[in-house]
Amino acid sequence: MKPTDISAPDYFHKVVDCQWACPAHTPVPEYIRLIAEGRYSDAYMINWKSNVFPGILGRTCDRPCEPACRRGRVEDNPVAICRLKRVAADFKDDIKHRLPKPGPKNGKRIALVGGGPASLAVARDLAPLGYHCTVFDGDPKAGGMMRSQIPKFRLPDSVIDEETDYILNLGVEFKGGQRVDSLKQLLGENYDAIFIGSGAPRGRELDIPGRKEAAANIHIGIEWLANVSFGHVDKIGKRVIVLGGGNTAMDCCRTARRLGGESVKVIVRSGFEEMKASPWEKEDALHEDIPILNYMVPVAFKHVSGKLIGVTFQHVKAEYDAKGRRNLVPSGEADQTIPCDDVLVAVGQENAFPWIEADCGIEFDKWHMPKVDPGTFVSTNPKVFFGGDAAFGPKNIIWAVAHGHDAALSIHRMLSGEDITERPLPEVHVSSQKMGIHEWSYDNDISADKRFKVPHRDKVIALKDIRTEVELGYDLKLALGEAQRCLNCDVQTIFSAPLCIECDACVDICPMDCITFTQNGEEDDVRQRLKAPSPHHDQALYVSGDLKTGRVMVKDEDVCLHCGLCAERCPTGAWDMQKYLIDMAHAGSTCQSKARSAA
Amino acid sequence: MTYIAKPKFHHPGLKKNELGYTHRDYEGKISTLCAGCGHDSITASIIEACYELSIEPHRVAKISGIGCSSKTPDYFLGNSHGFNSVHGRMPSVLTGANLANRDLIYLGVSGDGDSASIGFGQFAHSIRRAVNMTYIVENNGVYGLTKGQFSATADRGSKSKKGVTNTDNAIDLVAIALQLGATFVARSFSGDKTQLVPLIAAAIRHKGASFIDVISPCIAFNNHAGSTKSFDYVREHNDAVNRLDVVVGREPINVDYAPGTVQVVEQHDGTKLALRKLDADYDPHDRLGAMTFLQKHAAKGQIVTGLLYVDPDAEDLHTHLDTVETPLNTLDEVALCPGSGVLDKINASLR
Repeated sequence: MKPTDISAPDYFHKVVDCQWACPAHTPVPEYIRLIAEGRYSDAYMINWKSNVFPGILGRTCDRPCEPACRRGRVEDNPVAICRLKRVAADFKDDIKHRLPKPGPKNGKRIALVGGGPASLAVARDLAPLGYHCTVFDGDPKAGGMMRSQIPKFRLPDSVIDEETDYILNLGVEFKGGQRVDSLKQLLGENYDAIFIGSGAPRGRELDIPGRKEAAANIHIGIEWLANVSFGHVDKIGKRVIVLGGGNTAMDCCRTARRLGGESVKVIVRSGFEEMKASPWEKEDALHEDIPILNYMVPVAFKHVSGKLIGVTFQHVKAEYDAKGRRNLVPSGEADQTIPCDDVLVAVGQENAFPWIEADCGIEFDKWHMPKVDPGTFVSTNPKVFFGGDAAFGPKNIIWAVAHGHDAALSIHRMLSGEDITERPLPEVHVSSQKMGIHEWSYDNDISADKRFKVPHRDKVIALKDIRTEVELGYDLKLALGEAQRCLNCDVQTIFSAPLCIECDACVDICPMDCITFTQNGEEDDVRQRLKAPSPHHDQALYVSGDLKTGRVMVKDEDVCLHCGLCAERCPTGAWDMQKYLIDMAHAGSTCQSKARSAA
Repeated sequence: MTYIAKPKFHHPGLKKNELGYTHRDYEGKISTLCAGCGHDSITASIIEACYELSIEPHRVAKISGIGCSSKTPDYFLGNSHGFNSVHGRMPSVLTGANLANRDLIYLGVSGDGDSASIGFGQFAHSIRRAVNMTYIVENNGVYGLTKGQFSATADRGSKSKKGVTNTDNAIDLVAIALQLGATFVARSFSGDKTQLVPLIAAAIRHKGASFIDVISPCIAFNNHAGSTKSFDYVREHNDAVNRLDVVVGREPINVDYAPGTVQVVEQHDGTKLALRKLDADYDPHDRLGAMTFLQKHAAKGQIVTGLLYVDPDAEDLHTHLDTVETPLNTLDEVALCPGSGVLDKINASLR
């Protein structure tokens, strides 16, 4: 194996699994350390810069960081990264003075279609640079699906107001209640660039017998949630069936429980494990006495004289073919009809662009999705960019934010006369953490605590009011305990081969058997010869140059605790603990010259 | 020294031995020795050997004297019996313990000061009495705790950290052990665990006095140019006569070396030692030959390592004294006081 090039920014970025997994690449360990220090405002600002909506995401994020968290490979559960983000938002001081100021206008005008997370992220990045950003949305207030589809008991309006206002107050013009009906017309208004962040606004239909006849009591999940959100709907029948196994289904059933649904069931085609809903959302639904029934496919809505009386299901089972693909086949049990008063259909979302005319220069693919470059987010019309669910179909808020950053960067480069396919490298700050002998400027004493539970409001009270937030968030004591579980994966073990005397002290002390001194070889072979063989090829091996004895040092990054004991026991300082802070390039970052091609 | 406790987390893929323990279960407290100390590698090797042999930690007694080396029993086998004795007195404490309870595995851990100076006589007598033990000397050639004076094993002509040349002759503990009749004699190097771990395992399985001299560089006071116990010097002058694999139980020895280069030695308890010869002429059953070989190579400035001598049919002190199989400390009153009739018989036989 060749010696590892640790100067490549991606090498250590991948070691910070949470940050690497986050679409917006938020420097997670850095803000968790700040929380542990009680510096909540600083922790919030790091988040705000990176993911724009810390308070909102701290309650609702799909948390791709947590399955990636190294702690989850060392013990049972990852660090509660998402809920620590909320701690930063909950306990920060007034941070308004730390926000950027609207820059002097540069005369360029940007139109943003849709007032959700993608558009707002673009506006957040571009407004301080002097762009005049105009956001159009059909709803009266900004926030998009964050406001219309996420129930208030999970995400109170006050949090949305606060964080959307931070952006709108940057001099962003918000045109609420103005749905864009024609891209052609918008193009005619001579904006310098148009960003489309209109989401995936259409709930998928379930076209089975009885759908039309019983329509009065069959509701499309996301439309129904929006109606609840805006106060147009405030009750539902006592017996409710929710069809679908995603997070929208979980929001629907829990909302129904608060609007009069006494017996609410979620009924899903797939098995429990394969459901698209996040495990914690399923848990929350179960906790509110909502059973989840699996392997049942709806085949007909039962109705009597135009009134829905139930849904008939076919029982299925999963069978796997030779390629491991799952097929649902009838199990042979008799069909079952479950009586109900209302049905909520949450079987998926679709994109819809009826307002984009054929002659706008926007090409669509065979799935009727716009052709969008995944690196620059530009469409086939060089002035029109897409992001969020509108670009590649339904994902989640954090992806929308990440798209927004990248699209904003593209727009800025385009309007600065630069090549948008050239993407600036992230900024990397490296600093040794050594303070003295066996003293580090981070806490390297590994906490053995298990993941702390977030306190919930009493169920009886929580179910009474749809606007009462269920999760109370960590208090400071719990937050500190949870923050201490973070392994500081951004504090990297840096090895200097010329200083090493091969005394084995690091090998002996390493609690995880990560370090091996051995003969070099092919990677597969070396992986087998490690002190603890490493089957995880997605986790890098850090290989040194040749040492005096002709061997090399190989460190398996997989389960390193970043405890720094290798560096503490090293007599020559061949190991050092250095913090790698990696800031992704956003529009207006100072270093725009160093560039690499868009992926 | 390190102030934080070594985290309890371990690699999720760690293998377990027959007892269900990982090698982490054989650790002790975190070392308080200087960073990089060779002794810590010997500690790790003892841990590895005990793990590989699936030794029950409560069946081990680790006994030491005074010095950096004698601190190390605190850093391995945290669930074993331990006795940190007076300076140089480890051998007599160990001999006493062994006589009282022959069922335990005895690890004597000592240093060059502890065994070659103040405890030289103790060392000699425990070896010549063939106490069943594994006697490990962690040999760095200096008094580390008192800031680096030459010890009795420092080679004549080697230089101290401050540049002073040693004018005294060195004691070679391996040569002495051979001469005193040790039945398992080895030398190794803390920086070469692949050699050291099987040697410790074989020594533990050997019935009789096993002696291992482990050269263990003192990072703080004896790892400079001019030292003959530094990492660089030992690596350059290391002349390993053989490599050892220890096979416990009935597993066949899987020999994938060139024919004629492997010698299998079976010990009393069935343990097989597969010795891969590095020096074709070296015979580990020839005590006299070993002594000559050592002297010749020492004169050339070479450090001979490996299993230097083994007598697979060795006897120990208990055999010589013809003690009962039952450990003396578990004999009950009936056995210990068989009554006046027996006493009369004994007295009669002496009349």
